[in-house]
Amino acid sequence: MLRISLSLLAALGLVVSAIALAATDHTVTEKGKKFSEKKLTIQAGDSITFVNDDNITHNVYSKKVNQFDTGAQKPGASDRIVFKNKGKQKVRCAIHPKMKMTVVVE
Amino acid sequence: MKLIDVRAVAFCAAMLAVFSAGISSASQLDKSSLEQWKTDYVRPGLVPFPEDNPYTVEKADLGKKLFFDPRLSGSNAISCASCHNPAFSWGDGLAKGVGHGSRQLGRRTPTIWNLAWAELLMWDGRFETLEEQALGPMAADVEMAQDMSTIVGELSAIPGYRALFNIAFPDEGITIDTIAKAIATYERTVVTGIAPFDRWVAGDETAIPEEAKRGFALFNSKANCVACHSGWNFTDDSFHDIGLNDDDPGRAAELPGVEKMRHAFKTPTLRNIDLRAPFMHDGSLTDLAAVVRHYNAGGIQRPSLSDDMKPLGLTPAEESYLVAFMETLTSPEEPVSIPLMPR
Ligand code: HEC
Ligand code: HEC
Ligand SMILES: [Cu+2]
Repeated sequence: MLRISLSLLAALGLVVSAIALAATDHTVTEKGKKFSEKKLTIQAGDSITFVNDDNITHNVYSKKVNQFDTGAQKPGASDRIVFKNKGKQKVRCAIHPKMKMTVVVE
Repeated sequence: MKLIDVRAVAFCAAMLAVFSAGISSASQLDKSSLEQWKTDYVRPGLVPFPEDNPYTVEKADLGKKLFFDPRLSGSNAISCASCHNPAFSWGDGLAKGVGHGSRQLGRRTPTIWNLAWAELLMWDGRFETLEEQALGPMAADVEMAQDMSTIVGELSAIPGYRALFNIAFPDEGITIDTIAKAIATYERTVVTGIAPFDRWVAGDETAIPEEAKRGFALFNSKANCVACHSGWNFTDDSFHDIGLNDDDPGRAAELPGVEKMRHAFKTPTLRNIDLRAPFMHDGSLTDLAAVVRHYNAGGIQRPSLSDDMKPLGLTPAEESYLVAFMETLTSPEEPVSIPLMPR
């Protein structure tokens, strides 16, 4: 009995930590000077891969919550950004500022 | 080609329309393209305010007082309105701004018209919101040279301000944050009125002269101004090198790795534009005719030059039509009253 419940606990523990670690990678494409999502809600620890699917150079940056800046992102290039901190942040292209989206990290 | 720019398609279609309408009879304007283009320039009905700083009358009134109050500067002699002067269409009429201790700034003072719709602020886009921007000039040594650690104390010593802040921000009172929020709210109320061009777009054929209508057609076709000065506020809110002869890095200061951002500046609004000479970030072009001549020539050839900048081949008559068109973008404005300062 004891052994069973212990291994059960161990198994449960594994499942719990597996859930905590299961960070998802989301994909957002850039096309026609637009992000494919207007608003994306993700879990803390998840990442977003921003893919430039346009024929012009873009950039992706954010100055709030999880700060990052991809620099020049050539056509076809992509960058994976991890969002550790919880909060709501605006993400933009610094070359085409009308190209923007909101990321909510829960 | 993976992607086709929608505007490029619209532009090609427009060009085709112009050609098929018969360029030969240059005096004949193609009515259907004009009607089509007009739909891109309809004024919005409402002024947008951000969720975290919604409009209230009290905030806007307080923001106006702060905007005109020289006590926000280190010398107590320079206000936001010293440079962004409503009498000069919210600029200063100078080629380059003049700040604290009469020092000249590196760039021309831009207008604050219609910034409620702006994406990024400053010629190089270094600020994201009006709230963030408002604190910049106060602290800047060359502009207002205010010690930001003492500004809250200085304003709190003025009973009139204490009362106004308590009404506008009941739970917060006077803080750096509420000063910025009030100024930004006031700035968002600075919106250009109905210009003759708007009355024409709304259907009044007599609102603007024939030359201006031809200028509008050129603006949207052969002269390609619409590639950057798009929409009712005549800006794409982006950054471009239009080939002016000056070594200011522009937006490359923020984005050093991007070739096209060298010498690139924010596209300014063309609303009420004939009241704001001299033009450009460096004030180097003295009037609208000089601006059109610059575009007609195509600007300095360099790697950063925008792909939308090409010599245009406009005739002198066509150049004058573009100027006539821009002159119809000016709205008759009531003079702005200067608020009484809280004591
Ligand atoms: C000494 C002159 C001067 C004073 C005083 C001044 N400004 Fe400015 N302002 C400028 C100049 C010059 C720029 C452009 C600077 C740049 O882009 O590098 C500017 C830019 C701006 C912009 C950005 C406009 C745009 O289209 O992006 C705003 C908004 C603004 N100022 C608001 C203010 C406010 C609010 C105050 C008072 C707190 C103020 N300014 C005080 C000269 C001044
Ligand atoms: C490639 C984009 C682009 C095109 C095309 C373009 N502009 Fe501009 N325009 C700009 C930018 C960017 C500025 C500011 C440049 C600077 O100060 O360095 C500007 C500035 C101006 C100004 C001065 C505004 C001010 O407040 O100083 C006027 C007027 C103007 N443009 C009119 C036109 C006209 C008319 C055309 C067509 C013949 C045109 N533009 C085509 C991007 C463009
Ligand atoms: Cu972009």
